[in-house]
Amino acid sequence: MDLTYTPEEEDFRARLRSWLGTVLPGLPAKPAATDWPGRRAYDTAWQRMLYDAGYAGLHWPEDAGGQGATPTQHLIFLEETERAGAPYVGANFVGLLHAGPTLAAEGTAEQRARWLPPILRGDEIWCQGFSEPDAGSDLAALRTRAVRDGDTYVVSGAKIWTSHAEVADWCELLVRTDPAAPKHRGISWLAMPMDAPGVTVRPLRTLAGSAEFAEVFLDGVRIPVSHRVGAENDGWRVTMVTLSFERGTAFVGEVVACRRVLGALARAARANGRWDDAVLRRRLGRLNAQFAALWRLTQWNVSEAQQGGGVPGTGGSVFKLRYSHARQELYDTAAEVLGAGALDADHEWVADRLSSLSYTIAAGTSQIQQNIVAERILGLPKGR
Amino acid sequence: MHFQLTKDQRALRDGTRELLAGRFGRDRLRAAVGDPALDRALWRELGAAGFFALRLPEEAGGVGLGLPEAVLVLEEAGRALLPGPLVACQLLAGAVDGVASGEKIAGLCEGEREPVLWEHPADCDELILVEGGAGPPAHGAGDGAGGAQGRTGSAYRSAPDRVACAPFASVDPLTPLARVTGLPRTEPLALDVPRLRREATLLTAAQQLGSAARTVEMAVRHAREREQFGAPVGSFQAVKHLCAQMLVRAEMARSAVYAASVTESVLDVTAAKLLADEAAVDNARDCLQVHGGMGFTWEADVHLHLKRAWLRAARWEVAHEAEELLAAGLIA
Repeated sequence: MDLTYTPEEEDFRARLRSWLGTVLPGLPAKPAATDWPGRRAYDTAWQRMLYDAGYAGLHWPEDAGGQGATPTQHLIFLEETERAGAPYVGANFVGLLHAGPTLAAEGTAEQRARWLPPILRGDEIWCQGFSEPDAGSDLAALRTRAVRDGDTYVVSGAKIWTSHAEVADWCELLVRTDPAAPKHRGISWLAMPMDAPGVTVRPLRTLAGSAEFAEVFLDGVRIPVSHRVGAENDGWRVTMVTLSFERGTAFVGEVVACRRVLGALARAARANGRWDDAVLRRRLGRLNAQFAALWRLTQWNVSEAQQGGGVPGTGGSVFKLRYSHARQELYDTAAEVLGAGALDADHEWVADRLSSLSYTIAAGTSQIQQNIVAERILGLPKGR
Repeated sequence: MHFQLTKDQRALRDGTRELLAGRFGRDRLRAAVGDPALDRALWRELGAAGFFALRLPEEAGGVGLGLPEAVLVLEEAGRALLPGPLVACQLLAGAVDGVASGEKIAGLCEGEREPVLWEHPADCDELILVEGGAGPPAHGAGDGAGGAQGRTGSAYRSAPDRVACAPFASVDPLTPLARVTGLPRTEPLALDVPRLRREATLLTAAQQLGSAARTVEMAVRHAREREQFGAPVGSFQAVKHLCAQMLVRAEMARSAVYAASVTESVLDVTAAKLLADEAAVDNARDCLQVHGGMGFTWEADVHLHLKRAWLRAARWEVAHEAEELLAAGLIA
């Protein structure tokens, strides 16, 4: 067991830190949370800077245009960028963490050449067309149909909870290509251009007030068969290849951020007198232990992935279960520190408190994650 | 960074598990419930296997390993519910004659606790009293070289036959306790008390981790075998979710305990104890719940895990102390 970094890793950290120090002061101001075109421009400009500096697709394999960095280097990257206050992956999220790795692992040479470079350069934004109004947690129950017509699929149906749909160029779309097959089979993975005729995007307003995501309606959308990744009806397997990436590393930077917020909470409590409340103090102390352990669990999972050839293990589900609740506890505690200030929707911590409510739902609800842990890690029998 | 067990560490863990399964299996455990006197032969066998001398340098007859290895061994002891002052003997090997080899059994008392409790009073050949040396670190980490007030502490050897005791009915049938009412400071011992406290806290947390991991396995095995409504109870979501949360607690505790064994920082050790206590106690409770009525009986082993977990949670750093220390760490 070793928590020290190799000289090579420390060198990587030092170079990254120095680069961040030179580029971050020149960044423009962050656009408002509701300004989607502004956010797209901001996020993609950042991606371009990463690309030019050789940090784009850090953890992607080199033959996919990435840097082939080790999981530990990726961890250092996420830790340092968060610590320096660099922009978050933002609108590039699906492309870099989902569609890109899927294309890299399962795409043909032509598909990789067409789609991977624009993702890395920040030229194209992807969104995710997985969930449907009647198939959220039960993803395999999706009903959006794709009917083969010569060299094209004709797709009709509806998707929901599609983040960044408003500004996306492409959608990684799961469709049912064989309605007669058992529900996990008969699904295919397609790359759909968002400007195709028949695609309608209707933004959904979240309880936090922003339009984070949208419903996407598909009415006879024609998608070339050449846009299918993996074999026809093999889309479920193709999808599972990438979901573990999401659970493996998606929250690394956030844990760093949460630990910073926790320190700020303690200082704010000391400044406004709430610190004298032993119950609140002990709650902050307990959260300190939680986030310290979440960081160690991250290091554990990353080391395991490195040992296992780069594929994140099931530890991601364990992490997400605890992290999603700890994040909510953190911002509930922030509300205790703020007192009546917790009613000010413009306060950063209050906005974060509202958005934290999605964490136990998005990317697999806590209940689904508990089923995954119970069945896949602990080996309990499947329920009906 | 490679935060995983090395091949040698895995071998040590597996070897310890095998040794304890062979020498302290279920029959021996249940026999100890009826007669909690420590098995001297087993103690010497553990000594011969290097259990207590693990961290002594090889030139002093030890194994020359470190705190991470001690944590792995104590984790296994916690899994097996091995009784006895294991932490005390691990820490006093080298300082008190005969402890390293398992010939002698030594106990540790914390002078500031009320009441002052002594584990296995009938079995200890030596009793060491520890006073002071606790409290927040100077700057959130390190081993107390900062010299903050009350951080030095002192240790004394006491002749066990001169210790005044009052009876105390231990909640854990495997750990007899005496309440110490008068403790002669017979001979000062040159021990680094802050370090000893920190290591005692971590090694206690390691045992809690072992217990927490073991109760997950017990719950899962029962849930796979026990049928109700025509199906294994483990196929029901309500039961699955109990088991999943148990694993989450155990794995959080594992990361924290293992990391603290590497960094040895006060705050890491403190977080590890807090999370491991919680994991051991809550997992035992959930394991009991999964077992249903059977879990509430004396026949099931679950209550032994719960009671020992309570006992360990009350030793060394307790929850409110840990939380205060961790809160202070946020503004240090």
